[in-house]
Amino acid sequence: MRATFARRSRRVNSLLPNYIIATALALFTLLPLLSLVFNSLKSSAEIGQNPMGLPRVVHWANYVDAWNQAHFSVTMRNSFILTFGSIIGVVIISGLAAYALGRLNMPGADIITLCILVGTSMPMQLFMVPLFFLWSRLGLTDKLIGVIIIYWATMSPFATFLLRSYMVSIPKDFEDAARVDGASELQVLSNIIVPISMPGFLTVALVTGLSAWNEFLLAVTFLHRDDVKPISTALYAFQTRYARDWGLTSTAAVIMALPVVVLFLLLQRQFIEGLTQGGLKA
Amino acid sequence: MATDLEVGKTIMQGQVLVQAAATAQVRQPKRPHVWRKAVLPWLFVAPLLIANIVVVLGPSVGSAFFAFTDWSGLGSFKWVGLANFQRMVGDRVFHVAFANNVKWTLLFLIVPIGMGLFGSAIIAPIKRGAMFYRVAYFVPHVIASVVNAEIWRQILHPTMGIGPWLASRGLKFMDVAFFGNVHTVFYAVAFVDNWQWWGFLLVLYLAAMQAVDPELYEAARLEGANRWQEWRNVTLPGILPNLVFTILITIMWSFKVFDYIYLLTGGGPAHASEVLATQVFNEAFYQFEAGYAAAIGLTMSLISALVVVVFIVLRRKGWEI
Repeated sequence: MRATFARRSRRVNSLLPNYIIATALALFTLLPLLSLVFNSLKSSAEIGQNPMGLPRVVHWANYVDAWNQAHFSVTMRNSFILTFGSIIGVVIISGLAAYALGRLNMPGADIITLCILVGTSMPMQLFMVPLFFLWSRLGLTDKLIGVIIIYWATMSPFATFLLRSYMVSIPKDFEDAARVDGASELQVLSNIIVPISMPGFLTVALVTGLSAWNEFLLAVTFLHRDDVKPISTALYAFQTRYARDWGLTSTAAVIMALPVVVLFLLLQRQFIEGLTQGGLKA
Repeated sequence: MATDLEVGKTIMQGQVLVQAAATAQVRQPKRPHVWRKAVLPWLFVAPLLIANIVVVLGPSVGSAFFAFTDWSGLGSFKWVGLANFQRMVGDRVFHVAFANNVKWTLLFLIVPIGMGLFGSAIIAPIKRGAMFYRVAYFVPHVIASVVNAEIWRQILHPTMGIGPWLASRGLKFMDVAFFGNVHTVFYAVAFVDNWQWWGFLLVLYLAAMQAVDPELYEAARLEGANRWQEWRNVTLPGILPNLVFTILITIMWSFKVFDYIYLLTGGGPAHASEVLATQVFNEAFYQFEAGYAAAIGLTMSLISALVVVVFIVLRRKGWEI
């Protein structure tokens, strides 16, 4: 008993430098985030005198003011439509493609994979200008569905690779049994493969939703009218308009980050796995 | 415990094989399923292919064409041959932007990767509280660039930020308008982007380290290796593929970097923080020089492609990356 205690305390002691450095690094990431939350609770008068410290008087009114002045009821709705529209489309598109590429032994799978890889390595600046021209011809600029379609195209390749790696590892006999019973490929996919690959689909949904919620470049390019702006570009416009009023801009920023941070804390394993997957699969 | 799992898995696989053999005997194809084998898979892949062709590949080919025209982004255009590329050679803004992308690449190959490797080595032996640290380092990476930009616009503000605060406490040299000074703006923006990026790399390296065979550490310890030798001879070779992968994406992403620069400085002041992506955006949507923008975009893509090709060639040559 005493021996294990001594050993443990020796271990903790030898790890003390590690804990000090790790904590310093954690403060480096967390303090700036905290300062944003603190500023969101200060009146503009207080920010002038006390821009860095804890709020002396908690000023909740910022949340009401920012919500109304940044038209969050509209921009939140737009962001939710973009997010869920992207998730639904990406899950369907990549689920179907991953099934064909991973389980149907399709001829030409390598070539398709290569094409998609080439597509994902293209910088958006290469295709954005002609795409903008095409989209305005088709009447898809300043429409949420226009941007959702672009997200489908840019986010599906990653999702396809991720789901494919899930599906490849499923034993073949499950689906063979179903095929013997006369199930169509679509039924095999929806009744057997999808339920087994559910963790993969959850990861894909999370990563897609996160990217759509946070996305800036395409949103700022394709959505100009106030009534279609998502929260990211609306927040940017709000920051420029109220640059002097840190209370309001901080609050608006916190409102945008809050759903993501809460979801991340609840499902951090899935988030981290999904976002680092690309790096680990190499 | 682990061996139990292995035995279980092997038994399971055996059963699966027996079952598969049984079903294979039952299932005799009545006629060749051309539909199932050759047509159906294409239908499943079609949405992905169509979306990619319409949004990415088609317009990219379009750009490769428009790069040789004087297109404004609207209406008509005429063929100008290599004029846009000749213009790039003499364009001071392009020179600055290109040099900044190269500088950004070097900076991001050193600082966040170094911090990620160092941090992961520090965190790895920590058991108690490991989850907290992992989450703390990762959080900025899931927060939108717009939000992170707001945070640092405030902290690095020339009159209300940390600079004047430190200056009033004796550190006079910190009284700098970080985003307004042509000498500091590039590093200030890179600092902000790195702040949300290094933790991602740390967590990635940490995950890779967990896949390294623990017996190798055991062996290193038995031979009396110190921590540095252990890291150098066991950890580093173990995570090398992941390290190389992060080097590859760092180079590719450094040539596409846009968000933090656009949000914090728009490329200014006086183009001091301009990069190719912000220049393309500016030329295309504010100067109505879509042809020229396409030429710059094409150059960016060629650099990306070059990196991938070099990577593939090195791998073919037997480099273990």
